[in-house]
Amino acid sequence: MSRTILGSKDLSVGYGQKVVVSGLGFEVCKGEILTIIGSNGAGKSTILKTIAAQLPFISGSVNLADKDISEIAAQDIAKTLSVCFTERIAAEKMTCEDIVATGRYPYTGRLGILSENDRKIVRDSMELTGTSYLCDTDIRCISDGQRQAVMLARAISQQTQVLILDEPASFLDINNKLKLLNILKELVRSRDIAVVQTLHELDLAQRFSDKILCIKDNKADRIGSPEEIFSGSYISELYGIDNGTFLPMFGTAEAKRITGDPQVFVIGGGGSGIDTYRQLQRLGIPFSAGIIHENDIEYPVARSLAVELISEKAYEPISDESISLALKAIKKCDKVICCLKDFGTMNFGNKKLLELSGEYLK
Amino acid sequence: MNRKRAVRWTVCFAFLVIIAAVFFFMELLIGSASLSINEVFGALTGSGDDSAARTIVNDIRLPRALAAALLGGALSVSGFLLQSFFNNPIAGPYVLGISSCAKLTVAISMTLTMKYGILLNSAEMVGAAFIGSLLSMGAILLLSGKVRNMAQLIIAGVMIGYICSALTELAVTFADDANIVNLHNWSMGSFSGINMDNVKVIALIVLTAVSAAFIISKPMGAYQLGESYAKNMGVNIRHFRVMLILLSSILSACVTAFAGPVSFVGIAVPHLVKSIFGTAKPIIVIPASFIGGAVFCLICDLISRMLFAPVEISISTVTAVFGAPVVIAAMLSHRNQKGSV
Repeated sequence: MSRTILGSKDLSVGYGQKVVVSGLGFEVCKGEILTIIGSNGAGKSTILKTIAAQLPFISGSVNLADKDISEIAAQDIAKTLSVCFTERIAAEKMTCEDIVATGRYPYTGRLGILSENDRKIVRDSMELTGTSYLCDTDIRCISDGQRQAVMLARAISQQTQVLILDEPASFLDINNKLKLLNILKELVRSRDIAVVQTLHELDLAQRFSDKILCIKDNKADRIGSPEEIFSGSYISELYGIDNGTFLPMFGTAEAKRITGDPQVFVIGGGGSGIDTYRQLQRLGIPFSAGIIHENDIEYPVARSLAVELISEKAYEPISDESISLALKAIKKCDKVICCLKDFGTMNFGNKKLLELSGEYLK
Repeated sequence: MNRKRAVRWTVCFAFLVIIAAVFFFMELLIGSASLSINEVFGALTGSGDDSAARTIVNDIRLPRALAAALLGGALSVSGFLLQSFFNNPIAGPYVLGISSCAKLTVAISMTLTMKYGILLNSAEMVGAAFIGSLLSMGAILLLSGKVRNMAQLIIAGVMIGYICSALTELAVTFADDANIVNLHNWSMGSFSGINMDNVKVIALIVLTAVSAAFIISKPMGAYQLGESYAKNMGVNIRHFRVMLILLSSILSACVTAFAGPVSFVGIAVPHLVKSIFGTAKPIIVIPASFIGGAVFCLICDLISRMLFAPVEISISTVTAVFGAPVVIAAMLSHRNQKGSV
């Protein structure tokens, strides 16, 4: 048996005859997390519903554990693939333990009575997700984060080789997001299962995925490792980002640049200028910045926010040429802000720039 | 916790069975003709020599008590099935207009056949009521595709109920004078006038349908989490939904055919049962609702007979007084819990 547990070939998904995404081909192996990203309405959830056999596909094929999914009986799908959604559960009078226990459904008899083994699996799943303390609590009386963990425990207790999660991190605070994704990571490794999920949190997709599938313009635009996807301007193109600048290195975005004639020149470096750049952006003041090395941590931020950025080659001392460029920029400004406290050998030029700047101000 | 729950459920079941037995016996004991406990036992066992007592107990009170118990149980289970179907605790055969539509089809069939001097037998009555149940269920399903809001669906159901009641009044108006009284009594809802042959038909239908409901309690439990999860657990949603509709329609049709429309039992009893048992697990709620419904209707029937004896008031009058407040409570608790999430 191959490592591939779930895959599709030339798959078209949608509702009725209306195609939402076509030409979809992917493979996910045991021990991998595949994350689907793409803008709102790109059809990510439709893909999840289709590969989870909740929605019939229009054309192509889906393979689950080396079998065509349309030929697998519903009970067997239930033992191979489990799902976890973000929607609220309206069930009345069900404790979290009851909810998790429904994961044992495909394994119990006609009346759904749990065996001792089933109970143990339910307890283990709750322990794994850190929800044991909630076992007697009504599912409607817990927070979004707790509910998400309980629903994950439910999916785990189904003991399947594939776990499908629709935006598992939505509604969660940052620590709960990390907690959830860590549980998934741990699960994938320890139980050798595959996870397919959608995420809107690009920073987390970048850090917690083994493969990323990008959906754009009704088709699978790209599939690859996070390093391949988060490079150059690809993410900006994928989402058509024009309300800010996406920084692939951090997996996050800076707000939109304030354009116009620069009024302030910021001397920064080593991350000292980032707060000032963001402040000026918030106040709506266009600014120039310099002289920043190209390998400086704040270089991507300065480049996305400054109207004009004077930079220096990585690992080189600041050249006189760069200083004169910077002075030219300062000439157009009313004010210089220096964020640096110390000047080392490599950025000694910035000290020089600061000393000279007084004479050059407008 | 599981032990604690098991104890609670056992105690609750025992309690329900005991009060069901007590009120069942009171149904046999109490009435316009006063009988002693010994006389009732004598009549039941056939050892008594009082033939009048035997007739009163065996031919009048026993079938009535059995009917009240079975039909009450049927209504409650029917309500619970509808609540599962719509995932709403205030759905029930009465508020969704299903009882009223069944009443209408039965009234029309009765007046039409009466014209030719034919009296419908039990099976034909149930058949007519079943057609009515399915008709209104169909209308509700069509509407449920259009309205997202559960409250609107309930209002639509209530309106269907009003239309059907108005049409029933019309049908009754055109009935022969001689049969009007009979038809009118029935259309108000009552457990009186049910004989032992009727009870046999009722028992057959109700016990079969309730057993079938019990057997599908596992997918019902999965369905409580929503359609997507149920599907992922391997439930065949289409078959399951058809089963729910057919079973709830048969049960409420059976009640309407023999006792006319009986209000609010279908919502009140499952709600009370869920509160008392502290769970909504169908495997518990279905049998508990059945017994609980029996108790509820036995009590209400006793009250309807005793309150202004020898005049009887309609059963719906009594069930409404006790049931409607519970329905309001169910509605409020539903809303509160939603808000607290």
